[in-house]
Amino acid sequence: MNRLETVFADTKAHNRAALIPYITAGDPSPLLTVPLMHTLVDAGADVIELGVPFSDPMADGPVIQRATERALTYNVSLRNVLEMVIDFRRQNQHTPVVLMGYANPIEAMGIEQFAREAASAGVDGVLTVDYPAEEAQPITDALKAQGLANVFLVSPTTPMTREQAILSQASGFIYYVSLRGVTGAALSDLGEVRAKVEGLKAQSSLPIGVGFGIRDAETAKKMAAFADAVVIGSALISEIEAVADKGETMVLSAAYALLSPIRSALQR
Amino acid sequence: MIDYRNYPDERGHFGPYGGIFAPETLMEPLRVLTQAYATYRVDPVFLAELEADLRHYVGRPSPLYHAQRMSAHLGGAQVYFKREDLNHTGAHKINNTIGQALLAKRMGKTRIIAETGAGQHGVATATVAARLGLECVVYMGAEDVARQAPNVARMKMLGARVVAVDSGTKTLKDALNEAMRDWVTNVDNTYYIIGTVAGPHPYPMMVRDFQSIIGRETKEQAMAQIGRLPDAIIACVGGGSNAMGIFYDFLNDGGVALYGVEAGGDGIETGRHAAPLCAGRPGVLHGNRTYLMQDENGQIIGTHSISAGLDYPGVGPELAFLKDSDRANFVAITDDEAMDGFRLMTRMEGIIPALETSHAIAYAVKLAPELSKHQSIIVNLSGRGDKDMNTIARIEGFEF
Repeated sequence: MNRLETVFADTKAHNRAALIPYITAGDPSPLLTVPLMHTLVDAGADVIELGVPFSDPMADGPVIQRATERALTYNVSLRNVLEMVIDFRRQNQHTPVVLMGYANPIEAMGIEQFAREAASAGVDGVLTVDYPAEEAQPITDALKAQGLANVFLVSPTTPMTREQAILSQASGFIYYVSLRGVTGAALSDLGEVRAKVEGLKAQSSLPIGVGFGIRDAETAKKMAAFADAVVIGSALISEIEAVADKGETMVLSAAYALLSPIRSALQR
Repeated sequence: MIDYRNYPDERGHFGPYGGIFAPETLMEPLRVLTQAYATYRVDPVFLAELEADLRHYVGRPSPLYHAQRMSAHLGGAQVYFKREDLNHTGAHKINNTIGQALLAKRMGKTRIIAETGAGQHGVATATVAARLGLECVVYMGAEDVARQAPNVARMKMLGARVVAVDSGTKTLKDALNEAMRDWVTNVDNTYYIIGTVAGPHPYPMMVRDFQSIIGRETKEQAMAQIGRLPDAIIACVGGGSNAMGIFYDFLNDGGVALYGVEAGGDGIETGRHAAPLCAGRPGVLHGNRTYLMQDENGQIIGTHSISAGLDYPGVGPELAFLKDSDRANFVAITDDEAMDGFRLMTRMEGIIPALETSHAIAYAVKLAPELSKHQSIIVNLSGRGDKDMNTIARIEGFEF
């Protein structure tokens, strides 16, 4: 079993949903990213989603846009992000890391070279917002050749026929976007999310994570009733942002303080 | 020989370019749009309504004007101008917004959004939204809001809400990002009218089709007025909608040389420009694969041009394809050269062109003397310059 499979088998055995926090690499500063990753694990993260900063994050809301802009003031590149993963792996060999970002930095490095370097850095999966299934086959193949998962988004607007096309390429887990909108928007209809997640489960044995719009333990608990994993992104970035200029200790404790109760809420 | 009429393929590819590189939430809406467009592009009632609007509302056909004084001055080829500046709202942009708005209405959408750089597409969108009674929101980079104030005022008068976008470089690319975010959020009731031949499929094809009326008319007018096809066609290229519009009907006419003129800004060698075809590399941005201005890590880099409408780091994927297949030539004109073209056009022909268009004129100034007086060049006069009076006044040192 690879790291992602191990984690999802373990959370399933313990009857809880996995916790997947998202941070943008390089936010609030490149030196804090690896310490933050370790803190996320201490607070109960099962998988870490590490955002690769891109100059034009068209699917992200204002919170993650600002995180991206902070990271880009340090010119954090895809190569730098891979170096951070290498650094993280020196102390942690068990927590899966999934890179989340946009196609162009990967295109600039070259898809095959990226897959090779990501695998050797200790990355476990990749989610690329603007490689939909129709355009994803080259990266799916390249990642598969290196034993990496290609994680896909499914959204409320995705019809059944597209779900099948996505599931045929997806691996690791499925990321269900719980709302129509950008990251950080407010969640409205839990019933619709549940129906969609259960529909996906009927078609696939892959774990289903839910993200977008989950801000606190209360919402996370409701999601955990039917989802295999819960992704916390903008809510976490907001906490980090609020204390970004107050030093490392404050940043790490803010992240810990937000995640810790959410982790407890994921126990079914 | 390539038959350029066969592009794009059914998934929007022009060779290696184009495609649909969009977030998952937009994939189904894009499929629905592709299907609706496929239905209506051959629907006689739709086409009749479009043609009537283009004739009676836009004022088509636009004239092909023989600039005799400028031609004599340049001492070479006869220079003609396709007068898209005479369209309602003052540029070619309305050809596309009329078509897409008719489509939006048939698709039952109640809200229209758009991005705009120079403001010409924003004005053209606000205009058709007003006419159809649809809610309209236009996203515009904060820098462009400042330098294109007359167009901002026009959009507001037409009832549109203009949102100044403060993220990134505060120009057209950031306006496009913000319009995409709006569309992802409000996709059920909202139609996104993209103003150029970029974005995810079907936009590059659809916008080209709606703009291709320019080339069809030009061909007929050339046969009637010149007696044969022109030797060269010149158009400025930002995203590339006026260029694709005039080029498309001539793509299979190998004897007609096509020139796309990018914004050279302070000069290609300075790095301060907006010329991805002349100096960029292929990549993925805003839903398609195309030439981009980017750094070695794949970050999109800031562009510079005197003209807001050309200040964009990408370009339509079909133009990228025309570059690689050598069907069109792409050149760059600097800010200063564009200003010289602007002055010459204004003083010699009594036509005040947009700064975007002035790049195409400046290239005609270079090309015409290389040809004989029996040859002809057609320049797409894509827009008028009223919107640029603030910028011009600052450069020329007078009060406006």
